[in-house]
Amino acid sequence: MAEFWTRYRRNRAAVLGLGILFTILFMAATAHLFYPEDPFRLVGRPLSGPLENGFLLGSDSLGRDVASGIVHGAKTSLLIGLIATLVSIFIGIFFGAFSGYFGGRVDDLLMRVTEIFQTIPSFIFAILLVAIMKPSIFSIVIAIAVVSWPGVARLVRGEFLSLKNREFVQACHTIGMSDLRVMLGEILPNCLSPIIVIGSLMVATAILIESGLAFLGLGDPNIMSWGFQIGAGRTMLRSAWWVCTFPGIAILITVLAINLIGEGLNDALNPRLKERQ
Amino acid sequence: MPRSSKIFRYVSKRLLQGIPIIIAIIVINFFLLNLAEGDAVDVLAGEAGSATPEYMEQLRKKFGLDQPLPVQLAVYLKNVLVLDLGYSFRHEMAVQDLIFDRFAATALLMTSTIVLAVGFGILLGLMAAMRLNTWKDAVITVFALITYATPLFWVGLMMIVVFSLYLGWFPTSGMENVAAFYEGWDRVVDIAHHLVLPTVTLSLFYLALYTRMMRASMLEQYGQDYVVTARAKGLTERRITFVHVLRNALLPVVTMAGVQVGALIGGSVIVESVFAWPGLGMLAFESLFARDLNLLLGIFLLSSILVVVVNLVVDIIYCFLDPRIDVE
Repeated sequence: MAEFWTRYRRNRAAVLGLGILFTILFMAATAHLFYPEDPFRLVGRPLSGPLENGFLLGSDSLGRDVASGIVHGAKTSLLIGLIATLVSIFIGIFFGAFSGYFGGRVDDLLMRVTEIFQTIPSFIFAILLVAIMKPSIFSIVIAIAVVSWPGVARLVRGEFLSLKNREFVQACHTIGMSDLRVMLGEILPNCLSPIIVIGSLMVATAILIESGLAFLGLGDPNIMSWGFQIGAGRTMLRSAWWVCTFPGIAILITVLAINLIGEGLNDALNPRLKERQ
Repeated sequence: MPRSSKIFRYVSKRLLQGIPIIIAIIVINFFLLNLAEGDAVDVLAGEAGSATPEYMEQLRKKFGLDQPLPVQLAVYLKNVLVLDLGYSFRHEMAVQDLIFDRFAATALLMTSTIVLAVGFGILLGLMAAMRLNTWKDAVITVFALITYATPLFWVGLMMIVVFSLYLGWFPTSGMENVAAFYEGWDRVVDIAHHLVLPTVTLSLFYLALYTRMMRASMLEQYGQDYVVTARAKGLTERRITFVHVLRNALLPVVTMAGVQVGALIGGSVIVESVFAWPGLGMLAFESLFARDLNLLLGIFLLSSILVVVVNLVVDIIYCFLDPRIDVE
């Protein structure tokens, strides 16, 4: 662990990313302390500019506080990004592990399915899924997971292919371990590093997809999110630029921070890869 | 066997591989349609305000919605194969006609985006690779990091704020100034003027991507043995870069441009709805609000098929670009 941190720390940008992410997490966790009001509530004069009428970042066309929306929206983005990524990693591991471990027909079949999902244009597919299931946290998470697992499946398959003939796996077979135990208990822990790296980058992508869906009006109507704020503010672009601008900056900073962390994790977890470059 | 007939065999094999994917996509499409709560008749009835159950039953019969699922699937498959994608109740038009109407606008936007992104991406990547570790290199890296993290719709809105509302250089939305009744060249110029902001918005991400890829690809090629040979022959660095390294470095960028088409279609939904660009993406956005699932599914199906076709075309181009590719 100490060694990991030493290697991670070498990437300055990744440390900065971690700092930013902690700040955003803190913001999300304390949202109710600083802005106890429901972010959907109309709390003042509509279309006040930043620093006017007691609004830090202005208010939108209905008089909702933009800053409050951003703070509460942080929870939505991070939560959906994280859960959707976990679900898609789960699906990806399932497909990749069986495909790589058993090979042959199983591999053919599972990889054909993966290929189909990889071919389908993912954002339109996500739109379609959410539209059909009705917008809610659940449908958004499912839609993002369904369009993002093929990458994980391919990665896990590759790892399983290269690990399944190693000596330690053969030793496990010799002592009569079941296939499932070899897969989950022996091979999977050995390919966690690349999964963690791809997972961290997927959280960033998931946040971008979520914001895109919310922007198009496919967000959960009961939950404040950055994409929704921008979508609601776009008609007021001429008179109130701040409504769209600040939530966008929030997305940009969050996604940037997570991407930087991903690169740092890559450097720290795959040191050989770094040396080769 | 001569290479040309090998390529022919390879192409037909890839074509055959594409067919099951397309059929699978059609089947997925059908099940999504059925997964949706309420069918087209419900939507129509809801719109009319009141509809008797008898009338709704009659409508269902008319659209074949009273048949069992496998029959409906067979009918759906047959319809798609003859390019009948159903009826958009909202537009009161056949889906394929609607899509056909809007396709040109999207094709224009996507083509200009690819040309801009690939062209400038190659140029900037080349510059970055030639001036390694200078400030230009750092600028390109930071630019790439930021564009990777920026939501497309926000870039579009900010473009509108700065270049349309503040500077007044470009129109905020639409594809042409309909009220002006331009003809001939005036119309072309007008459309090009409207095209600038959507194209720049959509291409920024890909520009960053291709720049980084081109840079990495160039650096990889510089390390190859043939470069040492070329140097030993006494070729100038200029000739090595532009004649030898550049041509080889282009290959991965071409592949990537093909792979990215699916993502580009998704991006065009966002960009078109931001700029009210009257293409397929805008149509998809409108159909979302109208709950016009038939139309949305038609667009989805067409864009999936487009991706399959483009991937195939890129594979074939690749065979000709790189004679080392094994086409067995």
